[in-house]
This record gives sequence, structure tokens and C-alpha cells, in this order.
Amino acid sequence: MEILVCVKRVPDTAENEIVVNSKGSDIERGDLVYSVNEWDNYAVEEAIQIRDNVGGTVTVVTVGDDESEEVLRREMAMGADKGILLSDDLFNGSDGKGIATILKAEIQKGKYDLIMTGALADDGAGQVGGMLAAMLDLPYASLVNKIKIVSDKMIRVGREIEGGNQEINEIDLPCVLSIQTGINEPRYVGIRGIRKVASVEIPVHKAGDLGLDGTVVGASAAKVKKVDYFVPSMGEGAEMLEGSTDEIVDKLIELLKAKGGIK
Amino acid sequence: MDFALSVDHEILRDSVRKFAEKEIQPVARELDKKEEFSYETMQKMAELGLFGVFVSEKYGGQEMDYLSYIIATEEIARVDGSHAATVAAENSLGIGPIYYFGNEAQKQKYLPRLCSGEALWGFGLTEANAGSDAANSKTSAVLDGDEWVINGSKIFITNASTKISAGVTVLCKTGTRSDGKPELSCILVETGTPGYEARVMHDKMMWRGSNTSSLFFEDCRVPKENLLGERGHGFHQMMKTLDGGRLSIGAMGLGGAQGCFEMALRYSKEREQFGKPIGKFQVNAFKLADMALEIECARLLLYKACWLRDNDMPFSKEAAMAKLHCSEVMRNCANHAVQLHGGYGLMQEFDVERFYRDQKLLEIGEGTSEVQRIVIARYIGAL
Ligand SMILES: Cc1cc2nc3c(=O)[nH]c(=O)nc-3n(C[C@H](O)[C@H](O)[C@H](O)COP(=O)(O)OP(=O)(O)OC[C@H]3O[C@@H](n4cnc5c(N)ncnc54)[C@H](O)[C@@H]3O)c2cc1C
Repeated sequence: MEILVCVKRVPDTAENEIVVNSKGSDIERGDLVYSVNEWDNYAVEEAIQIRDNVGGTVTVVTVGDDESEEVLRREMAMGADKGILLSDDLFNGSDGKGIATILKAEIQKGKYDLIMTGALADDGAGQVGGMLAAMLDLPYASLVNKIKIVSDKMIRVGREIEGGNQEINEIDLPCVLSIQTGINEPRYVGIRGIRKVASVEIPVHKAGDLGLDGTVVGASAAKVKKVDYFVPSMGEGAEMLEGSTDEIVDKLIELLKAKGGIK
Repeated sequence: MDFALSVDHEILRDSVRKFAEKEIQPVARELDKKEEFSYETMQKMAELGLFGVFVSEKYGGQEMDYLSYIIATEEIARVDGSHAATVAAENSLGIGPIYYFGNEAQKQKYLPRLCSGEALWGFGLTEANAGSDAANSKTSAVLDGDEWVINGSKIFITNASTKISAGVTVLCKTGTRSDGKPELSCILVETGTPGYEARVMHDKMMWRGSNTSSLFFEDCRVPKENLLGERGHGFHQMMKTLDGGRLSIGAMGLGGAQGCFEMALRYSKEREQFGKPIGKFQVNAFKLADMALEIECARLLLYKACWLRDNDMPFSKEAAMAKLHCSEVMRNCANHAVQLHGGYGLMQEFDVERFYRDQKLLEIGEGTSEVQRIVIARYIGAL
């Protein structure tokens, strides 16, 4: 099975305190530690497990700058076979549709049975998987938390639906899946793996290589633009609990008890 | 000049950090309390590839550079000193001497099992009456036919008496040189050899999750081939080993200091007195600023020493400096971190308490701070 996983380099929320910059145009990025988007990492782990069971290759692809090579190498050290970096100044400022357009152009250069994305990334929009499937005219399942390979034509996927219930779908290949965290337990990146992929070349594909221009990607083509970032002001009935974590937990339990949330 | 770490070093740090936070941090306090060496975390560290980091793949190693090993040790030390001790002692002292001075047969025989983490190996230099003055070792080895007969004892030896300890490299007096000085040689002794016993040492103040032993040799016979490298080269081998080992103690100081700093910063933002977070009082903010500054300097010094080593340049002076400085930076950081935690910092429930204790070893093991100053003073021509 030929599997492609789309991954993104994002600020590591476990390592950073995220603050909005003074202009409200973005978050403060100066001192941020970056890593691979958590959802994408689950997708890559799932892809590696599928490959190990049924054979094939796992390719990881990202749209990003030179620094994004790090997440590709990281996922390759974890076990992905190939990495492709899609990088061009022209891509800067792309909206979700723009990113999906870039990915689609790359995907059409290859032949993949299964395309995976994380369910969402740092910005939480969760658009790319669905748009990509639509643009490629492929079947799509979102928030997938279980995959069973039935044949080279069809797989079964589990999705979590409202109220924690589980739904199972059969879906024809090729298809696009967006992967939910918890689908597996991603392995750690072993130290030897890092060295093994250190000398592997990662091809960089630019807008020209993909037949793209500013009319379809980048800031000029973006129809969704971020205009403001701020911490919402406290609404009525909202209360910020303060103190140490333990103190906050105690206060929360008290409140929940008082309001009948827990008995 | 380029201060950026390579992509591979960044990935390595990210990987070891996540591993340490998830697998070691949650169990470290309990292991410290029970004074227990964990075979479970040992195995997980082995699977990650933390043993034989700089050893060629031919012998089962990871074949990374020395800086990679140092970053890995630093990241483990950021959450726990005992686990970092197991890793640092094994790589620098257990695996290092066999890898650098062993013959092909010895390397083939021991390294694969040590690099896979199935087995541990100790480094027996210190004796009850020969600590800083290790050249004064009295443990003797006499050649009798095809065998060395070893008598004596060693003390404070890391990784030598676990269930998976496969043996030790022992510094022995094998004769007297023509200039009247003792001839010292290193000999490999496998666990289970009659006449050799390793006993666990209990009741340590620090590194309580790491294994420390006293070793006893009573007419212990090992094959002649167990000599490591050449006869009479033992002291030189031990000193070379300690040069590398000092970098890993430096890594423990740096990582430990980083851990203290992060705990202190977090707590200073959370804890409120007089109506505001304690970190907002300038006297406390300045402590945090000093910690950040000292850690930055320590990291530059340590990484530079690694860079020298990785580029085959002399690094002994810088290794001594890095070991000394990183240990003292961690001391300052642990001290500030406990101070910022107030009474809570003195309770075992808070990890800073353990860091405060664990730090002390760094100023004593692998050459005390006084000895490092002697080494540096000699290099600069002051002594
Ligand atoms: C937990 C732990 C693990 C260890 N692991 C190992 C191991 O794996 N292998 C191993 O071989 N050893 C190991 N050691 C031993 C360690 O390296 C020694 O403790 C250290 O070298 C100091 O020796 P000492 O304890 O005999 O102190 P001493 O040498 O007796 O020193 C006592 C004091 O005198 C000072 N001093 C000594 N000589 C001088 C001098 N010339 N000038 C000025 N001051 C001086 C010292 O700096 C120190 O402050 C370990 C120790 C501990 C505690």
C-alpha cells in the first residue's frame, strides 16, 4: 500500500506558553519550540503500522519553509520511508484551500492508495483534509480513530461520533482520512533512526515544479484571512479561577459540587 | 561561527525530552524514595537507543557524535539525575573504555550486549584509600601462567551490581615501572567470576535510583586476554575515559540546572503572596534572570568542549572547565529553585527537593571540583 501522510510543523504547546503579540496579528513566535503537529504524528504512526502489516511505503509531505525539513526528518527517523518538502515563497499566506491546492498538485504527481492528514493542527481549523479529498474527488472520512485494511480496494474505518459513540464505515481506496489522536500509541523516535535518515536527501518541490502560481496559492489567492488575534474578554457568568493548579482544582470541585455538576 | 544545532540534534533533543517527560519523570520520585534501580525504565531507555550513542553501528551502537550523547544525557538529567547517571556512567565509563581501548575480540564480545542495554558494565577506579589520588590504587593483578590473579577492592562503582551487570573494567597495579612508579593496567572482570563480588551500596543522599557498588576481589582469576589494551597503559586509559566522562557530568549539571530553572519559573508565576505572583518581586525575578544567564553560558561552554572533541581537537581543559562550571551552575540553580519554592521546596513531594540533593554528586564524582581546578590550573600553566 502506498501511503502519503501530510504533516505540519507547529509550535509545541507542551513546551511553550502561547501569547498573542502586541499588534494582535499573530502569536509571539520568537522563542517558540516547534515540533510536528500531534495529530499528524498519530497519522504517521498509523501509516507505519499499516505498511509493516501489508507492505508498501510511507511518504511524508509538508508545505513549509526550510525549517520544516526537521519534521520530515523526524517522521522519517520514526519510520516513514520518504519525505517531500513543498516550499516556495509564493506559498506564504495560503489559506486552507491554498494548502490543499499545493498538496493536491503533489499528490497527483504520484500514485497513492491512502492519504492521511491529522484531524486538525495548531490553528484548529481542520479544513485541509476535507478540501483535499474534494479537490481530488476521493472519498473521505474525518476524525478516524480506527483503521482496518480489508483488501487493496477497501478499508474499514472507525469514527468517533457525538457522545463518544463509535461508527464503522467501509470506504473504497484510494481515499483521504483525517486522523484523530488516540488511534494508536506513537513510538518514540529512536536515536539510531535519526542517524539512519541524516544523509537521506529530501526533495524540495517549488511552485513551478507543481504547476502552481499566485492565482491559486499564497496570500494573493487566499479568500480566508486572519484579521485579529485576542484573548476574549470575560463574558457574564464567566469566572477565572486563580491560584496554583491544586488550588484551582479544589475550587473547581467545590463549584461543581455547589452547582450540582458532581454529587 | 554558527551556533545553530543541526536538524538531527534538534530531533534528538525533541525525542529524548518527550521520552524523559513521559517515561521517567512520573516514576523518578518514587524510585528515589525507595532507593530503587528500575529495570523497566532501563529497558525503555535501551530501546530508545541511549546506550552506545557514539559507538559504531558495527558493534551495535547508534553511531552519532559526542554532542548527541551529551544532549541526550542533558535531557534525561532535566527530569532525573539517577537515570542520567545510569546513562552517563554506562556510555562514558562502561562502554567507552572497551570501545576505545579494547581489541577486536573484546569489542565483539561485549559491546553489542552493552549497546543494546541488555547488560551494564562498570568502571572500577576509585578505592577506599585512592579517590582523587586514583594512581595510588592498591588492587593488584599478578600474572600466573595464562591468568591474572586479582586481589583488592573498589568502592562507589556505578552500574556494577544490578541484575544485568555483566562485569567491570578494573584498574590494577600489575607491577612496578623502571622509574619506581606503579605499573597500572585495566583488566576486564566478568560477573560470576569466582573470587569477584559486587555488593550494592545503600543509603545514599543522591542518585538513589542509580546503582552503586563496592567490589571485592579475592584471588579472582581471569584469562590473560582480559587485559584491556596494553599492559601499563591503565592510568592513561582511565584519564582519557574521564575526559569524556567529564563532558557527561557537565551534561548532567546543565540538564539538572535547566530542570531547576523551569520548575522555579513555573512556580514563581503560580505562587502568590502579598497579592501577586512571587516572580514579580524583583529579588526573585533576578534569581530567575541569573539562572537563565548561567545556564546559557554553561551550555555554550559544554557544547564547545563537545565540538572540540567531535572535531578531533584537544578538549581536556575545556572538559574540566565544563564539568566544573556546569556542576556549579546546577548548584546555584538548585539553590535558587528551592529558595523560590519556600517550604514546599524542602518537601519530597516537589521534584526540586531531589534535584537539590542530586546536584551534590556532580561536584564530587569523576574528579572533585578541587581536582578540576587543579587540572585547569595545570593547563594554563599556573600550577
Ligand atoms: C554515587 C557515586 C558514584 C560513583 N561512581 C564511580 C564509578 O563508577 N567509578 C569510579 O571509579 N568511581 C566512582 N565514584 C567515586 C568518585 O569518583 C570519588 O568519590 C571521587 O573521585 C572523590 O574521591 P574520594 O571520594 O575518595 O574523595 P577524596 O579524594 O578523599 O577527597 C576528599 C576531599 O579532599 C579534596 N582533595 C583531595 N585531593 C586534593 C588535592 N590534591 N588538592 C585539593 N583538594 C584535594 C577533594 O577535592 C575532596 O574535597 C563514585 C562516587 C559516588 C559518590
